[in-house]
Amino acid sequence: MSVSSSHLFTRSSSSIFDVSHMLQTNVYGKDCISWFESICPVDLKGMAEGTSSLTIFLNKNGGIIDDLIVTKVKDDQLYIVSNAGRIDVDKQHMQETSEAFKKNGKDLSIDFFSITQRALIAVQGPKAASVLQPLTNISLKDLMFMTSTVGQVAGVDCRVTRCGYTGEDGVEISIPADKANMVTEALLQSSDVKLAGLGARDSLRLEAGLCLYGNDIDESVTPVEANLTWLIAKRRRGEANFPGADIIMRQIKEGVSKRRIGIRIEKGAPARKDAILKDKEGRDVGKISSGCPSPSLGGNVAMGYVAEQLKKPGTELLVNIRGKDVPCSVSKMPFIPSRYYVKK
Amino acid sequence: MSSIIRVASRVNSSRVVTTCCRRALYSTENKARYYTKKHEWVAINGDIGTVGISSYAQDALGEVVFVQLPDVGRELTTGEECGALESVKAASEVYTPVSGTVTEKNDTAESTPSLINKSCYEDGWLFRLKLSSPEELKHLMDQAAYEKYLEESH
Repeated sequence: MSVSSSHLFTRSSSSIFDVSHMLQTNVYGKDCISWFESICPVDLKGMAEGTSSLTIFLNKNGGIIDDLIVTKVKDDQLYIVSNAGRIDVDKQHMQETSEAFKKNGKDLSIDFFSITQRALIAVQGPKAASVLQPLTNISLKDLMFMTSTVGQVAGVDCRVTRCGYTGEDGVEISIPADKANMVTEALLQSSDVKLAGLGARDSLRLEAGLCLYGNDIDESVTPVEANLTWLIAKRRRGEANFPGADIIMRQIKEGVSKRRIGIRIEKGAPARKDAILKDKEGRDVGKISSGCPSPSLGGNVAMGYVAEQLKKPGTELLVNIRGKDVPCSVSKMPFIPSRYYVKK
Repeated sequence: MSSIIRVASRVNSSRVVTTCCRRALYSTENKARYYTKKHEWVAINGDIGTVGISSYAQDALGEVVFVQLPDVGRELTTGEECGALESVKAASEVYTPVSGTVTEKNDTAESTPSLINKSCYEDGWLFRLKLSSPEELKHLMDQAAYEKYLEESH
């Protein structure tokens, strides 16, 4: 199946993505929440047990070290999924900050899963739940978006989290590595699900307006510039005690000079990373951070950073692709409506 | 790799019978193809070269969704970047295997990019040019050398 047909099958039915390359981490100890809040701007204290949140590791300048999903399993246990490309950086960051924490007598231990211990598959699409339900004792109608639980899938003890990175309903299933093939094969018995690759995952996440670390966000941008201010939890803004809080709180109050935006190119070539964005007078005003053809919409979608005064959806710009200035416009994101399993 | 190429030419030979005279005139059927290390090919008919990408290249690129080709009249020098093929996941520049002046571009491939995946040696050709330095051909690989190159380097 081609990337675009796999993409469209995910949107209309469902797909399984092997995302075992990502880093899965368990954290234990009665001080795990206060440690985690010392490196992320999330309000873990205010989250119920069994709920998950997107958050970011921040450096002292407010730059984004990585984006990740944290699940508050219990008051003294966290489960973290972070990016494959940042495994070494994330491990070092978690180790260094936790060592410093433990020196102050805090109770905390970190357990990084290796890929040989634990696999992770994402089942994504409108039929993901109906494909999974016959194989699990977890009641999926009660497992809302961004909640997580343990249960059996095809007879194997797994952790199932209602999340994903496609804009669709779906789950991520953490499986003992030696059982991953068996669980995946069991799911594939349904004709409503097919295997998909990371090419389709990239075009799906782009249409869903979700950032790819290393392209759309990195250590040189803050969450405010990345249009991720919503990740700075309300309680944490008041406390202002996360890394880079001085810079980030000032940016929230006073504004920033550039902002991450969506870009729509109705026809022509797709804009890729580092393509220069220009205003109608031909002045450089920013650049593309990632882009691709949009299988769902036709034409092309992209994300990029532009000067703050040009961030309004509908603003017409030009993007330079191989020497040609191609018309494009600032677009709302997500490019297509998200279909997460949330209470209506 | 060789099997893909054989299948492609077998399919094409049945098509040639029904094509119009101009296609038959410039058809690369039964014409030797010369290849670059970047996986473009050129087939020669008189002083006109027809350029495309190899089956290996179209397979590596995946489903082509956008094609940008050099305009007729443009003068190209060997190795010059003169177009691009875009799949969902990647962009791939097209470099001319030989020098010359563009005489024709494949509008059908521009409007139906999937032709390049379906028929990279026939209907999915990219552009034609009038060779200005035919001696450049000797720097390219013939079919056997290209297949050996693929085996050794990929």
